Amino acid sequence: MCATGIGAAVRRKEDHRFITGKGHYTDDINQPGQAYAYFVRSPHAHATIKSIEAKEAARMPGVLGVLTGAELAADKIGNLICGWMIHSKDGSPMKMAPHPALASGKACFVGDPVAVVIAATLAQARDAAEKVKVDYAVLPAVTDPAQAQKSGVPQIHEVAPNNTIYQWHLGDAKAVESAFTSAKHVTKLDLVNNRLVPNAMEPRVAIGDYDTGSGTFTLWNTSQNPHVARLVIAAFVGMAPEHKLRVIAPDVGGGFGSKIFIYPEEVVALWAAKRVGRPVKWTAERSESFLCDAHGRDHVTHAEMAFDAEGRIVALRAKTVANLGAYMSTFSSAVPTYLYATLLSGQYEIPQIYCEVDAVYTNTGPVDAYRGAGRPEATFVVERLVEVGAREMGQDPAELRRKNFVKEFPHQTPVIMNYDTGDYNASLKRALEIADYKGFGRRKRESARNGKLRGVGFSTYIEACGIAPSAAVGSLGAGVGLWESAEVRVNPTGSVEVLTGCHAHGQGHETTFAQLVSDRLGIPIDNVSIIHGDTDKVQFGMGTYGSRSGAVGMSALVKALDKVEAKAKKVAAHMLEAAEGDIEFKDGKFSVAGTDKSAAWGEVALNAYIAHKFSGQELEPGLKEGAFYDPTNFTFPAGCHICEVEIDPETGNTEIAAWTAVDDFGVVVNPMIVEGQVHGGVAQGVGQALYEGAVYDKDGQLVTGSLLDYCMPRADHLPALNVATTVTKCPSNPLGIKGCGEAGAIAAPAAVINAITDAIGTEAIAMPATPQAVWAALKKAGRSLPHAA
Amino acid sequence: MAAVSLTVNGKPVTTDVDPRTLLVQLLREELRLTGTHVGCDTSQCGACVVHVNGKAVKSCTVLALQLEGAQVLTIEGLAPTDGPLHPMQEAFRENHGLQCGYCTPGMIMTAVDIVRRKGHELDDRTIREELEGNICRCTGYHNIVKAIAAGARAMQAGAASQAAE
Ligand code: FES
Ligand code: FES
Repeated sequence: MCATGIGAAVRRKEDHRFITGKGHYTDDINQPGQAYAYFVRSPHAHATIKSIEAKEAARMPGVLGVLTGAELAADKIGNLICGWMIHSKDGSPMKMAPHPALASGKACFVGDPVAVVIAATLAQARDAAEKVKVDYAVLPAVTDPAQAQKSGVPQIHEVAPNNTIYQWHLGDAKAVESAFTSAKHVTKLDLVNNRLVPNAMEPRVAIGDYDTGSGTFTLWNTSQNPHVARLVIAAFVGMAPEHKLRVIAPDVGGGFGSKIFIYPEEVVALWAAKRVGRPVKWTAERSESFLCDAHGRDHVTHAEMAFDAEGRIVALRAKTVANLGAYMSTFSSAVPTYLYATLLSGQYEIPQIYCEVDAVYTNTGPVDAYRGAGRPEATFVVERLVEVGAREMGQDPAELRRKNFVKEFPHQTPVIMNYDTGDYNASLKRALEIADYKGFGRRKRESARNGKLRGVGFSTYIEACGIAPSAAVGSLGAGVGLWESAEVRVNPTGSVEVLTGCHAHGQGHETTFAQLVSDRLGIPIDNVSIIHGDTDKVQFGMGTYGSRSGAVGMSALVKALDKVEAKAKKVAAHMLEAAEGDIEFKDGKFSVAGTDKSAAWGEVALNAYIAHKFSGQELEPGLKEGAFYDPTNFTFPAGCHICEVEIDPETGNTEIAAWTAVDDFGVVVNPMIVEGQVHGGVAQGVGQALYEGAVYDKDGQLVTGSLLDYCMPRADHLPALNVATTVTKCPSNPLGIKGCGEAGAIAAPAAVINAITDAIGTEAIAMPATPQAVWAALKKAGRSLPHAA
Repeated sequence: MAAVSLTVNGKPVTTDVDPRTLLVQLLREELRLTGTHVGCDTSQCGACVVHVNGKAVKSCTVLALQLEGAQVLTIEGLAPTDGPLHPMQEAFRENHGLQCGYCTPGMIMTAVDIVRRKGHELDDRTIREELEGNICRCTGYHNIVKAIAAGARAMQAGAASQAAE
């Protein structure tokens, strides 16, 4: 390993611009002649739009246009789509309702855009928007997924009777049934996976521009995957042919999934720019982010786990209703199905699993992937069941887990996934040591002496990352392949530019990808730049989500570097007048085996371009290679998180007393960055468990619609975190990487709730476990103050 | 429109603004100092923190017209353009106190203000409590807390070595 190679905690190359205020986020960009968009949004969750009166608004100062769904339809701008087909049990395709960028005829959630005002300044656009008069006939709304399919509830889309998008299942129902019949013990739980607002700190932004000279559109947006945005806006929305649309996603201030999706405002910014003949900029206000960014989770589940007499898990079954909101967002259909039910085996050998999922429409904002996407929901189901099962059977929760761990690999689960490698016992063991599990009883007594309740909770999670083998996801309904691309451009002076189809929005690719190049080519990391996020510069790529950039994106880079090295060896052979097979490349130097003849990296790069030594021969000048990498399997990061809480029974307040995370991410490229990813993921998972929850009232108003009402974890809500790793190398990609971006968010909620329920002695607590909820649960369970033992 | 004169990062600025213009809008749109960010509309996130007359202020919550004669310091002015970084900036990089970087300018400006008020030896609890008004969605705060503690000490060392010169 060189000082800046794989495994080194290299300080981030991108940081200089961020700490000096010189980042380039989308809202920092202004175009000459730029106008501003302000959206008129439905204040009702469900309403017929009887008429829109825009004349007065159009006469307001600075107004360039007021546009509605009628103009959108007249201009034949197509609908937004969900790109993953799910079929119901009966074989019928999912019921995807039309999703126009501006509501047409009906508004389906509070915040649904019904018109847009374009004006010379933002203040003028906002003032004029107040003058747009929309006549609504308010309809009754449904917001609770558990109610959505009942008879007599409001019907949201004609195409979807009973608001049902699909009724999907996975596994062998009969085999599961018989396993349950002969089981010794059955644990049953009703679980709600609370709805979350992603709240990346940078609000979404879209700037549209249309060049009449070339007929080309440009979109600057806050995207995790600009090529996918371009594809959807070109091929489905029909804004422009793909080659006439450039999408640029510069520095992006956090995504967590919410910036994967293609949103109405991006379509409208482009379309309006052409309509008014000026660039059009829209920047979300935080209130708009709350209403309109795709939310996460929102599952209602009944789950059961069956054990034999020895405490071995014999079967699991789950029935889930997943709320997808008012419209199907870009990848919404896949989250509660193939990203959820396929992980219900957890780290355990479970012979039979059956899962049914009904996805429903409600009059709430769209729901789609949010950090972890399906896998946190699965982990919550499995890890709550195991923990409660252990308590019910009087077994130690760590011991029960160990007994049921998958120990031999590869392991085929009954729910599609084939686990390639892992050592679950190793991470559990290490976590037990770090957390001093043995000393828990003593700490609990100490807490009790102080009038506090102490609890400990485990989460031995697994996730499927490195998303994903194209053939596999294609067979499951994906409309895209999930490979990744890389191009390596070596300059005549030997410096290197890497163009990656991944996109960084906090992950530090400019450093980690450069570490790989530095390691491989033996050149200083400062001689490498990583370029991403511009469809005019970078070849097609799938973007960043699903902990895929290391496992998939860097694998593409390895392939491209292989080709670069092969070509460079040919150049070196000509330079050194040796046979190509005799050229060795090490530490940035090409040498002829068994001689002292050598050429440095920079000399070879220069010779590749001046081509004096091989002009007229078969070898082409230049040194630039590209590669596409399609993974052969998912990767399976896994680990053990242990949470210890201390609860004040007087107030119900939960304090996280200690957090231990031991994760197996395979090979770690930069331990500093990986730890940071775990910290951030755990914070979001703890947020879900203790603080966050998007709440709609029965009329469909989002009552947690601002940072005053929605509790984002702040520094004093969170503990210091103890983070460590164990390593089993991923066998399916060249670097052995598994991925680390989502682990914390996947593991944490179950660990917290397992700890709280351990402390309070009742399982009846919902997330977020606020002080009020904990206090009420304690009261209901009749628990009084702890007594010092 | 109304005129306002103030000093921003040591440079005098006189400009005409719409009376409803916020300081953050003046900085970002008029002066193109885009390091100061906007993360919310309820004065909660702290992405917009700058110093006004030496104290941390949420620039989304002050009208530009209130700043007649004021000294404003933004992240761009914290260290000389071609000179060394401010110790707090350096500490954020060294301790991986940032990921997407969006909250970072506000965090750093707040951190410098915490040191001004609370001194150079900051414990975990103090830092966490003082960060009440700044939200980061990426880092889980663990490394921000470490960075601020380290930055605070480095500021003292810096001040001491300057005094010795
Ligand atoms: S933008 Fe000022 S506090 Fe959020
Ligand atoms: S680093 Fe992204 S919000 Fe703090």
